Amino acid sequence: MNQVGREIPRLEVRAKVTGRADYTHNLRLPGMLYGKVFRSTVPHGRIKSIDTQAAKELPGVYRVVTGEDIRKLIPEPYYGPAFHDQPILALDKVRYVGEPVAAVLASDPHVAEQAVQLISAEYDELPAVYDEIEALEPKVLVHEVLKPAGTFADLKHIQGRKGTNVALDYHLRRGDADKAMAGADRVFEHTFKTQQCLHLPFETFVAIAEPGDERLTIHTSNQTPSFVRIEIARLFGWPENRVRVKIPYLGGGFGAKVYVKLEALVAALAMLVRRPVKIVLTMEEQFYMITKHPTTFRIKSGVDKSGRVVARSCQVYWNGGAYADIGPRVTQKSGFTAAGPYDIDNISIDSYALYTNRTPAGALRGFGVPQLVWAYESHTDLIARELGVDQLEFRRKNLLREGRPQASGTVLQDAAIAEVLDAIAARMAWNKPFDHGSGTLRRGRGIAIGFKASISPTTSVAIVNVSADGSVYIYKSTVDMGQGSDTAFAQIVAEVLDVQAESVRVVAPDTDVTPYDMGTLGSRSLYHMGNAVRLAAEDARAKLRALATEAGLPEGTNYPPPEIFKKRFGMQAGNVIGTASFVPSYKSPDPQTGLSDNVTPFWMVGGAGAEVEVDIETGHVRILRLINAADCGKPINPAVARTQLSGAAIMQLGFTLSEAMQLDGGQVTNASLADYKIPGIGDIPPMENELVAGEQHSGPFGAKGLGESGTFGVSPAIANAIHDAVGVRITELPITAEAVLRALRANAGRPLEDE
Amino acid sequence: MSARTINFTLNGQAVSTTTEPHRNLVELLQRFDLFGARESCGQGLCGCCTVLVDGKAVSGCLYFAVWADGKSISTVEHLDADGALSNVQQAFIAAGAFQCGFCTPGFVLMTHQLLKANPDPSDDDIRHYLNGNLCRCAAYPEIIDAVKRATKAAT
Repeated sequence: MNQVGREIPRLEVRAKVTGRADYTHNLRLPGMLYGKVFRSTVPHGRIKSIDTQAAKELPGVYRVVTGEDIRKLIPEPYYGPAFHDQPILALDKVRYVGEPVAAVLASDPHVAEQAVQLISAEYDELPAVYDEIEALEPKVLVHEVLKPAGTFADLKHIQGRKGTNVALDYHLRRGDADKAMAGADRVFEHTFKTQQCLHLPFETFVAIAEPGDERLTIHTSNQTPSFVRIEIARLFGWPENRVRVKIPYLGGGFGAKVYVKLEALVAALAMLVRRPVKIVLTMEEQFYMITKHPTTFRIKSGVDKSGRVVARSCQVYWNGGAYADIGPRVTQKSGFTAAGPYDIDNISIDSYALYTNRTPAGALRGFGVPQLVWAYESHTDLIARELGVDQLEFRRKNLLREGRPQASGTVLQDAAIAEVLDAIAARMAWNKPFDHGSGTLRRGRGIAIGFKASISPTTSVAIVNVSADGSVYIYKSTVDMGQGSDTAFAQIVAEVLDVQAESVRVVAPDTDVTPYDMGTLGSRSLYHMGNAVRLAAEDARAKLRALATEAGLPEGTNYPPPEIFKKRFGMQAGNVIGTASFVPSYKSPDPQTGLSDNVTPFWMVGGAGAEVEVDIETGHVRILRLINAADCGKPINPAVARTQLSGAAIMQLGFTLSEAMQLDGGQVTNASLADYKIPGIGDIPPMENELVAGEQHSGPFGAKGLGESGTFGVSPAIANAIHDAVGVRITELPITAEAVLRALRANAGRPLEDE
Repeated sequence: MSARTINFTLNGQAVSTTTEPHRNLVELLQRFDLFGARESCGQGLCGCCTVLVDGKAVSGCLYFAVWADGKSISTVEHLDADGALSNVQQAFIAAGAFQCGFCTPGFVLMTHQLLKANPDPSDDDIRHYLNGNLCRCAAYPEIIDAVKRATKAAT
């Protein structure tokens, strides 16, 4: 039976519906202390003093630790994937409200929490900067010196740079955008903005460090076990094999739990007190951990008389907050797709990562691409409207098609952009007349499409173990946080080894056991690790065949493993171990032009169509219909894939309509689920989700990643539909009723007063 | 704060323990190695900590442990006490009504409550009744499908 393409339930379903699934949250160790964090109350300031005396004296408190205590243990206690800029606990300076300044340890978390209230700190407050455009002017310096990690070649030139908040500037020059713009028939220019919002996994950040004999085990809810091991080992100056990272299922990740988050803190605390230490964040504290980049995107296009876009220039400013995290990668890896899935000969892109005094920003489901699609698909829609051309036809005319070079110069391959657009248009019956309503309820429809490059360079290693009884294990460091990767790998390996997918045992990430993987991020797992497990299974299959030959069994038949083992060794005992590494080829972009003819191993494609109803008296927007379509190649498990597509679209719906972190003087004022509105079951519009038939020839059995594609088109499709309904353009997320009403009133010459 | 002794029924078994007055029901359950009720938002808004007290659903994060005294407490772990999954649990599997699974016990328990109160709910009834449970993976369409499957399975 074919194992690939089957809609089997996820392997862990029983554990999840019975409440018995293993999460780091559940783990408690003998002698374990709970840590609670004392946080900065100022957005930017020099630390004058931290008074921990009262906290230390509270009965039940085991230890109070500050950044200076950690500096005694780790001389350079700074971490981060792109920059070594983030102190484990604040040192010398604080850079955002909510930054960890001290930690209290106690056997009872309530005691630790009470003690945190008894700590006080004094700061020499410094001026702060919150806006990415204001941060371009170095009036306020978030960091005195830039400290790139050295891992990335394109960051080396900014080592030691002073007097700037720009953590990375990426530039792409294709053709001559200025010249083509000057020669264009019409030129259009718009600016779009996005807000700060965040992941909010329901299993809040949690990590436990368990010191052992000359080594450390970290149990954590994290998407990147291999990176955590390497980074913690680096901090202590140890070889990697002295750090063990173990990860059970995750209660959601969405990009929040990549790289080091709580792990360095629990590791340092555990090494200081030589006892296991657990830290669990509250929902409120998640607002001070990692967020999605606010952006400002200035986009300008030149169009010729025939309606073809001949030039596009893009300036994207990413508000990275106080620490770089993976922001510089967002700036570059997503930056080079900022001109959209269009065939444009002359493109210039400038993409800037900025430090500000906000909670750091990093990866969130789409790695910056939803912010870009928001701008370029709103812009594309506006151009079509200005030209009086149908928005679908205008897109089709300019669409980047198979075999044509993308802005970077990499030729588009196996990217069903036109097919996804067609699928949405067909479902919307775009060419049929549309009832725009009348009176106070007006209707409109909109369409949007986006694409994304995958991660490269990158490595995934897998082991497939066949026991003598024929049962199969997969060892990999991919983290199943709900996306169903364990199930997909089981199906891939089962296909190769001709066993039932349900019978395959997928071992949870444990860096003492499971081999290296760059991380569970950027929709890379199904493609990268999927290829690695497929190759490892093929290696195991070849070894089984070789064993059969050694045993004198005639070739050309698949023998059951027990028979092979018995014949070869005289007993049914042993293992056959298949291994493989998957490292796709990659060419780093030219530092001057930003161009590369091999910039990604595959492309993700996603789009959305929306039909909306706008109440012109209140600005309230009701989504009547939301269509999501994506190219996932040949799906390994279509049911799981559709849920990924749908879930991503609903998450983006929250970022489109309601979710926004509110700041007042650098302080987040809505840090709870009561005040920060995420989609609930009553907020879901009628939805249709379509996996567009495609094939990723380099992917495992034709498949590719899908975790983010559902986010791409949602926001601009809705803004475009609102424009279609009521003739106003929303240029900033989220699209609240107030924002729509303000736009309607301004459009009618009766603007509402400012707040 | 001084601990006091409480006696209650936990998933059908009489139990006795001591607890301090500031602890909540989720912490109390963890002491019995029951982790299906999970504190997430800490405000009774997400439903991840749903527990049944004398047959009524409560938010375990807002329910003091001492209030369990004399009550009958039932958690998600009790649903398959006889080794078989409940019709709702089976329906959640059949519909693929979750991704990460962190909120799932709360949804499963609330669906049992819904079907007790209303054996044949409409889509709107389902949305209304389950509005106090949130799913960040947003498997909401699949959850509605699961509730309908459970309804059909019961009739």
